[in-house]
Amino acid sequence: MNKYVERLYNGVVKENPTFVMMLGMCPTLAVTTSAINGAGMGLSTTVVLAAANLLISALRKFIPDKVRMPSYIVVVASLVTIVQLLLQAYIPSINEALGIYIPLIVVNCIIFGRVEAYAAKNPIGVSFFDGIGMGLGFTIALIAIGAFRELLGAGTLFGYAVMPESFEPIAIFVQAPGAFLVLAMLTALQNKFKLPSATNTGRNSGLSCGGNCANCSSETYAAYHSDLNKAKEIAATVNAKKTQKED
Amino acid sequence: MNSEYFVNLLIVFISAAFVSNVVLSQFLGICSFVGISNKIKTATGMGVAVIFVITLASLIASAIYKAILYPLGLDYLKTIVFIMVIACLVQFVEMVIKKFSPTLYNALGVYLPLITTNCAVLGVALINVQADYDVITSIVNGFGTAVGYTVAIILMAGIRERMEYNEITKSFKGSPIVLITATLMAMAFYGFAGLV
Repeated sequence: MNKYVERLYNGVVKENPTFVMMLGMCPTLAVTTSAINGAGMGLSTTVVLAAANLLISALRKFIPDKVRMPSYIVVVASLVTIVQLLLQAYIPSINEALGIYIPLIVVNCIIFGRVEAYAAKNPIGVSFFDGIGMGLGFTIALIAIGAFRELLGAGTLFGYAVMPESFEPIAIFVQAPGAFLVLAMLTALQNKFKLPSATNTGRNSGLSCGGNCANCSSETYAAYHSDLNKAKEIAATVNAKKTQKED
Repeated sequence: MNSEYFVNLLIVFISAAFVSNVVLSQFLGICSFVGISNKIKTATGMGVAVIFVITLASLIASAIYKAILYPLGLDYLKTIVFIMVIACLVQFVEMVIKKFSPTLYNALGVYLPLITTNCAVLGVALINVQADYDVITSIVNGFGTAVGYTVAIILMAGIRERMEYNEITKSFKGSPIVLITATLMAMAFYGFAGLV
């Protein structure tokens, strides 16, 4: 697979920031009251993430190791300000609906995680595609959760009524408790079907890397990969034994 | 400074702490709320550290906005300035308490680095600007928000300590049950809605 395509695949499927890595929970819970809000948040984050990865990767040889966190913060905060001003000018409705969650992209774990774990160590091209892949993965997840909550909580999808008139909207799904409930069900299903997720790797990392955004990225990734590899090894040995018996 | 002003401050405090609870209705600081709420002791430590930092950050961010950014027409720089101020503040607080109070440092030190990227701190600073609060109201709002966070995380830790030995359906062990608890707590906090 082409290394750029591999980055996109990695972001959207293999290490999906929301469904697999369980990062950036604040925006995930807060803005997914409708699919369109989820899309707005996801795409804004994608722009910031891709541009931040690109810039940090280009500057990685010039930023001294000691001041790297403050430098990243300044770069990311500047990009977020640009995105916010653009939204204010061209899509004021989304800007109004997302409110303070747009400037709060600055403290989104996904962005620091990717910048620290990937862009600071890799060349410009792949870092940029890594940002786009992760951003798209985040966007798809937010749209999916947003659509689910909107459908049950308001009976609409992207603002259009799709449910039959006899459907009584379950209003709690678009309210605050509904956000927690949907995420709880999601993680429970992941446990049930043993889907890869940061919440069931058996480590303490869990949701949003145990609250430590800045340091979580590389640790969580490492933990996740070592667990995945261990599981694969066990599966391989079991299979090997099976074939031996059959022989 | 009349009595109306103080009543208003009280309303701001109650509404920040309970009615629109920072974690359970605004989803700020979820990371640490879920991440380090397994023991009451650590939850209390984190809560106290958050109260300390948010109150101080509200004061400084609001003062900078009112005194420098707004008069100079630079309010579009607020996100950059606030996040830098918060990052520096956390570092500074860490250095100061390490120097002057080793006991306090032992109690709060490990939580301070977690606070820089806690969205609640930046969130409160931005809300203060958005709602156009003056400096004193900002401090009260910040303090109220932080108290709300502390109440929520300590309650959660208490419930989790009790749940530790309960038999939970296998699929719901770990994060799912914590989130279900948060769902119920969020519903319970709706009870405060009519208060203000």
